[in-house]
Amino acid sequence: MSETDTRTTEEPNDTAPSRRPGRERGRDDGKFGRYGGQYVPEALMPAIEELADAYGRYVLNNEDGFMDEFRERLADFGGRPTPLQRADRLSERYDTEVYLKREDLLHGGAHKLNNALGQVLLAKYMGKERIIAETGAGQHGTATAMAAAHLDMPCTIYMGERDINRQRPNVFRMKLNGSEVKPVTTGRGTLKEAISETMRDWAETVEDTHYVIGSIVGPHPFPVMVRDFQAVISEEAREQAIEKTGGLPTDVVACAGGGSNTMGTFAEFVDDESVALHAVEAGGSTLEVDEAAGVAPNSASLYAGEEGVLHGARTKLLQDSDGQIMESHSVSSGLDYAGVGPELAYLVDEGRVSPVAVDDDAALEGFHRLSNTEGIIPALETAHAFGFLEEHHEELGERVVVNVSGRGDKDLDAAIEETDQRDVPNAPDMSMFTEGM
Amino acid sequence: MANSEAIAAAFADGPAYVPYLVVGDPDYESSKAYVEALDRGGADVIELGLPFSEPIAEGSTIQEALVRSLDAGMTPTRFFEFAEELDVDAALVCMTYYNLIYQYGEGEGPRPFVERAAAAGIQGLVVPDLPAEEADPLREACDEFGLDLVFIVAPTTRGDRLDRMMENVSGYVYVQARLGTTGARDDVSDQTTESLDRLREYDVPKAVGFGISTGEHAERIVAGGADGIIVGSALVDVVAEGVAEDLSTDEVADRLEALSRELKEGARRGYRSRTEAVESA
Repeated sequence: MSETDTRTTEEPNDTAPSRRPGRERGRDDGKFGRYGGQYVPEALMPAIEELADAYGRYVLNNEDGFMDEFRERLADFGGRPTPLQRADRLSERYDTEVYLKREDLLHGGAHKLNNALGQVLLAKYMGKERIIAETGAGQHGTATAMAAAHLDMPCTIYMGERDINRQRPNVFRMKLNGSEVKPVTTGRGTLKEAISETMRDWAETVEDTHYVIGSIVGPHPFPVMVRDFQAVISEEAREQAIEKTGGLPTDVVACAGGGSNTMGTFAEFVDDESVALHAVEAGGSTLEVDEAAGVAPNSASLYAGEEGVLHGARTKLLQDSDGQIMESHSVSSGLDYAGVGPELAYLVDEGRVSPVAVDDDAALEGFHRLSNTEGIIPALETAHAFGFLEEHHEELGERVVVNVSGRGDKDLDAAIEETDQRDVPNAPDMSMFTEGM
Repeated sequence: MANSEAIAAAFADGPAYVPYLVVGDPDYESSKAYVEALDRGGADVIELGLPFSEPIAEGSTIQEALVRSLDAGMTPTRFFEFAEELDVDAALVCMTYYNLIYQYGEGEGPRPFVERAAAAGIQGLVVPDLPAEEADPLREACDEFGLDLVFIVAPTTRGDRLDRMMENVSGYVYVQARLGTTGARDDVSDQTTESLDRLREYDVPKAVGFGISTGEHAERIVAGGADGIIVGSALVDVVAEGVAEDLSTDEVADRLEALSRELKEGARRGYRSRTEAVESA
């Protein structure tokens, strides 16, 4: 992408994204070692080339004051910066300093707004007239719907039918914000089908429509661009950690599905070699795959996946031996995806990021633990990071930052049902909620 | 350039009729009868769809056919057996997504797939999610085993991208008649004429696809300068009707053969009117 080379001739700006070496990776060509690329139908190539050019100009070079406006809206509309809070009782429990990066306090209740607001604003700067997006848990869909309403852009959200049934409050939130929600009925009706369907819409409407992809997945420039919008998490957390504790953390922990909160939480720490980075994936019910049924009852593509090409990028995937994509599973629909961002796949191969799988049971325990010890009800996605803390705290250093990627209000129905289905030792008495279910 | 003599021959003598069906839709044996019906109906090249679980370039008609085929047990291994068992005169091209090509066989990269395809009598590949920029390893394997690598040119493909693609293409170019995914339409887009104009200077056969469903469409497109017509969804629709109405394999095969004759005749009429126009000029 030679178009983006112009940035080196301009003065860096305070609001522009960081230029530390780890942050430069992939910006020019979308390649992270062997991963990344632009594996898309020809009809979409001009659109992603146009987007790569706009990313270089508006995001990296702050042309027309794009990044200034983005940062201002993140503060005024989004409520940034979010706090870095010491978790007193968890610190005591694990005999280590545990700090929580409170992305659950961002407007909308999850980190997703960082990216959605950035992309919808970018679409406006590019002169696009319509927004489309896919959503799994509904968190990216609701964030995109909020951003589209805020910036007065018409918006259509594709969502798997099964996810619609799992996440009804989020569907209502999107509609309240004026977005159209289109159910996707193919396959098992989850995130990967919704992504395919959104790409089909885009192939017909590229000229006036921007596709707000919800994670660090897809063809270049989406993985680097989404990372740069989400990196505000680690830019803040790194400064806050130094300010509050006098130094860098020893460990940074984030849950990983597609990987946007993960990479957002890691990005500014990648060059800090003393900081261990832990990507916590959904181990689902088991890491074994059922090849005959085409089902992987987990979403641990970093931990258990194989290299392949899906949705525009070469990355690690849950696939069968022929290369057909598996149906993934997780108790949290936001992690339920058979692929992962190519940058994370690269960082795992390089040994910079450690992938860990936490199963559904441990995630449920993590959900209840953060709720009843710290007074914070986390999203089921986020709960995996706390499952990790319980299982692996002895391997961690003395100062741990955990990203609380989202709040759990959206998951209360699922939490009642999932808690009822298993023996969760630290759950409250659920009988009054589950009788008659 | 051309690697496959059979594909070059298909375009050498009048307009080429290039039908597409999903292999294994709705089952292995019926599908074989359907592909052979296309051949009897005058196919010059047949594009055989090998189903992938995430077909991002397809519209609903072909997507549903891919699901029917996968549900009936189609795999790359079965696909190659299918190609070997076919009794057809037309040249065979495989259309599939890159992950299946990349994962096939032992060892890294696309070479094992191409080697097996060549052994099964496949003469070319169309890979809708593989842009020219990422195609070097596949192109090398295709050159090694004598397969053509066909690229799709969209209405939005222009300038340097078009030049780069034209340097890499072999066999024929797949001219996408309009934006969007596959699917039969009633109109033939102005975007087709524009695309053919842009491609006029390149010396490679131009086959137009996306939305062609009748002999009249075929006639207009060939009269407008196309060297061939690619028809997919209209034929897949016939197979889908057969499933929905529970028709016999013979009945569906007859319909496919009849529609093929209509399309081929339309293409020939378009070719005659074009050559007559040239002669009288």
